[in-house]
Amino acid sequence: MTQAFDAAEQQALLETRVTAALDLARRLGADACEVGASVDQGIGVSVRLGEVESVELSRDQGIAVTVFVGSRKGSASSSDAGEASIRAAVEKAIGIARYTGEDPYAGLAPAELMATELPDLEVHHPWRLSTDEAIELALSCESAGRAVAGITNSDGASLSSGEGVRVYGNSHGFLGSQCGSRHSLSCMLIAEDASGMQRDYEYTSERDPARLVAAETIGRQAADKALRRLGAKRPSTGRFPVLFDPQLSAGLIGHLMSAIAGGALYRDASFLCGRLGETLFPSWFTLVERPLELAASASAPFDNDGVYTRDNVFIDQGRLASYMLSAYSARRLGMDTTGNAGGARNLRIEVPLTPQASLLEQLGTGVLVTELMGQGVNGVTGDYSRGAAGFWVENGVIQHPVEEFTIAGNLEQMFSGLVAVGDDVDTRGSVHSGSWLIDEMTIAGS
Amino acid sequence: MNLHSRELTAQDKLDGAVATLLTPGGLDLAGLDTGLGHALGAGIDYADLYFQRSWNESWVLEDGEVKEGSYSIDGGVGVRAMAGDKTGFAYSNQITAEALADTGRTASGITRSGSRLTLAPGQLSQAADRYVGLDPLAGLSAADKIAMLKEADRIARAENPAVSQVSASLTGLYEVVLVRASDGTLAADVRPLVRFNVSVIATKNGRRERGSAGGGGRYAMARLREEQAPSRFAREAVRQALVNLEAVDAPAGQMPVVLAAGWPGILLHEAVGHGLEGDFNRKGSSAFAGLMGQRVAAKGVTVVDDATLADRRGSLSIDDEGTPGAYTPLIEDGILTGYMQDKLNARLMGMAPTGNARRESYAHMPMPRMTNTYMLAGQDDPADIIGSVKRGIYAVSFGGGQVDITSGKFVFSASEAYLIEDGKITAPVKGATLIGNGPEAMAQVSMIGHDMDLDTGIGVCGKEGQGVPVGVGQPTLKLDELTVGGTAS
Repeated sequence: MTQAFDAAEQQALLETRVTAALDLARRLGADACEVGASVDQGIGVSVRLGEVESVELSRDQGIAVTVFVGSRKGSASSSDAGEASIRAAVEKAIGIARYTGEDPYAGLAPAELMATELPDLEVHHPWRLSTDEAIELALSCESAGRAVAGITNSDGASLSSGEGVRVYGNSHGFLGSQCGSRHSLSCMLIAEDASGMQRDYEYTSERDPARLVAAETIGRQAADKALRRLGAKRPSTGRFPVLFDPQLSAGLIGHLMSAIAGGALYRDASFLCGRLGETLFPSWFTLVERPLELAASASAPFDNDGVYTRDNVFIDQGRLASYMLSAYSARRLGMDTTGNAGGARNLRIEVPLTPQASLLEQLGTGVLVTELMGQGVNGVTGDYSRGAAGFWVENGVIQHPVEEFTIAGNLEQMFSGLVAVGDDVDTRGSVHSGSWLIDEMTIAGS
Repeated sequence: MNLHSRELTAQDKLDGAVATLLTPGGLDLAGLDTGLGHALGAGIDYADLYFQRSWNESWVLEDGEVKEGSYSIDGGVGVRAMAGDKTGFAYSNQITAEALADTGRTASGITRSGSRLTLAPGQLSQAADRYVGLDPLAGLSAADKIAMLKEADRIARAENPAVSQVSASLTGLYEVVLVRASDGTLAADVRPLVRFNVSVIATKNGRRERGSAGGGGRYAMARLREEQAPSRFAREAVRQALVNLEAVDAPAGQMPVVLAAGWPGILLHEAVGHGLEGDFNRKGSSAFAGLMGQRVAAKGVTVVDDATLADRRGSLSIDDEGTPGAYTPLIEDGILTGYMQDKLNARLMGMAPTGNARRESYAHMPMPRMTNTYMLAGQDDPADIIGSVKRGIYAVSFGGGQVDITSGKFVFSASEAYLIEDGKITAPVKGATLIGNGPEAMAQVSMIGHDMDLDTGIGVCGKEGQGVPVGVGQPTLKLDELTVGGTAS
């Protein structure tokens, strides 16, 4: 059940099609146009209780066309990048641009900002993995976890491996391509005792399969995480310091980035509208973007406008130093693009890191949060209220698991109330961060 | 039941689906059986083909102008082959004999030994129509659609000078599906789905708040216009934003919570619904596992999943395995009586499929999912329910929810809520997350209103990365104690 994927051949094919689509759009009356195309292929296997549950082979492709007729815009996309589908998409996009309103800000990014150097950022690491090998890895992951005493059931282990090609071109003559890969292994286990059932999971995800954490380690960590949640109590209601684990801290950075994204700002829909230059974090906190880092999760030499990516500093010694802008949102705000069409690529914090034990000491009495639930983050006001689970800490020592409570505050206060960042930096995603200790939030429990 | 005057017969729908899905790639119904044969390899005890083609149109208004219009076409075939509880799955965006042979052989690779099953001849499904199989994008011109969005903008801005931003969107999905399975299933469906949404920002005294409203269902875009969707949703969005401009900090801690009728039924979706999906119960990973026939909610609580409601967002004439959509009682007078099933989990649990197999698209595997999930009306007057609360929260609208089906913990986040003080609704409070435990929360239901209502048609449910449209509903409901995640003491 393996399928061949020739990335170079796919790249050449997509580049030909993107170029053809751009030519066609110009011939049919577009004053400017841009086309994105992609093809991805992968395998996913899941096992449960020592047996194969599913094997899935995926192959997705798509093409998206945007045309500008004067200052009117139209878009169309198709899940098929064949010639007939491309023609239909171009015609449809131009048809739509006859009806949309004039938008003085519409159009491509300035031609002089197009990326001119397209270095290989080493994000393409194919894995010639047979279905049987994939199953073996998932099975060894789950069985290592199930071997841990107290694990009574399993939601299974999954391995997925895929690679793909992305091509973007526009009528400035820019044509950029990037091949990439992603390989992941995850496991979710269930522990049970007289207090009830608890589940938790662990995962590893890398562009290069050689960097994946060992399958058995993932299984055992999932087991340990599920077990340590057994016997959870509800914390009492009150105001306490909160320690967010690294993955959840990366989520807090995500909320910050949403609030400084051009789209939210020009729509007046962010609590950080008009706050450029103001101090939001303690002076020891700096947040940067490293889009050209080799082999990193989100590395890319050009953004979704074709604009070259560059190292950005969003928070400079506590101060909001830059918004995160695309060409369009920049024009709306009367500013310059930051090369962030499509979002931030590889966010890194530059801060003094505190060892975990010392973080707990600084926390004193409060909660260590390891899971958040629900969508209670209001980007317009910064109000924050989410369901949580984790551990109760007293005098710097973890006492017992806690669940069924909420933590609430306001993002602005949480940012300025950041006390320390842990040295337990999680490097799996596009945002790398250690744990965050926030001085005080409202906990609602029993 | 004849709900519609323009109802298509099952044969009409099949002919239309064949013409749309199969003919362009040179296939016909006989070719379909040949294709399915490739998936029925040695040891395979069930296989199915799911063909889908969808056309999605969307118009977005911002700054008083419709600046964005987009159109997308998606389609292909998903092929499943099963052996016991193992599933092989592959898909292709090409619907040709060659693609069926490739994907079929790939999917059947899940097992390589055993006997070969004979393909049961296709029996055309005669499932009742729950909506008219029309193209919802037709019937209104592009200019008409743009005019609807501009009307919403005009009305929202005229409603109150505090309104500083208005965005509105109109989307429509036209979808044709065809299912053929080795058990003889042959079924086609045409599924329209439309939605109109308005979101506003209101600014006053340096404070900024959002309000939003929207709705739709499985019908033509023209009906949104007939039912004055633009003005209704524009006024509702402004009203909500203005309420939130006056909101004070929500309280923190345990207290009685009264949920308004309609969309707050998201409580049932999270607290009960997911926990009663067949897969989690077969695997024993649900907090409700093994409780069939036992009391899981207070007396008077009856919860159903109902795909048969006419024209609703979550309704299905057939599910994505070709099983007719159904009315499935889940909890009756507090007793757990039913699970939602697809064919795989029903077979493994010795139960019958309930028409709850759903998938985001041909490129995703189906699993048991909700359709429209709601609680039936009780006897209480909503005013009496509010009047019975000394100090608590009255929650009217929610942004979304989530559940951990294993521990039973669920949350949902209020986007419009009020304090109840001495039996009266008083100050609006800021959005707060409510948290509880599914089975415990259902035991806390002490009053049930006579005002059962369904949501306006906005729900999207996510499970294992797949999104599907759903509906929810409930009467006004009192829970004696739930944890409210505010910041005020």
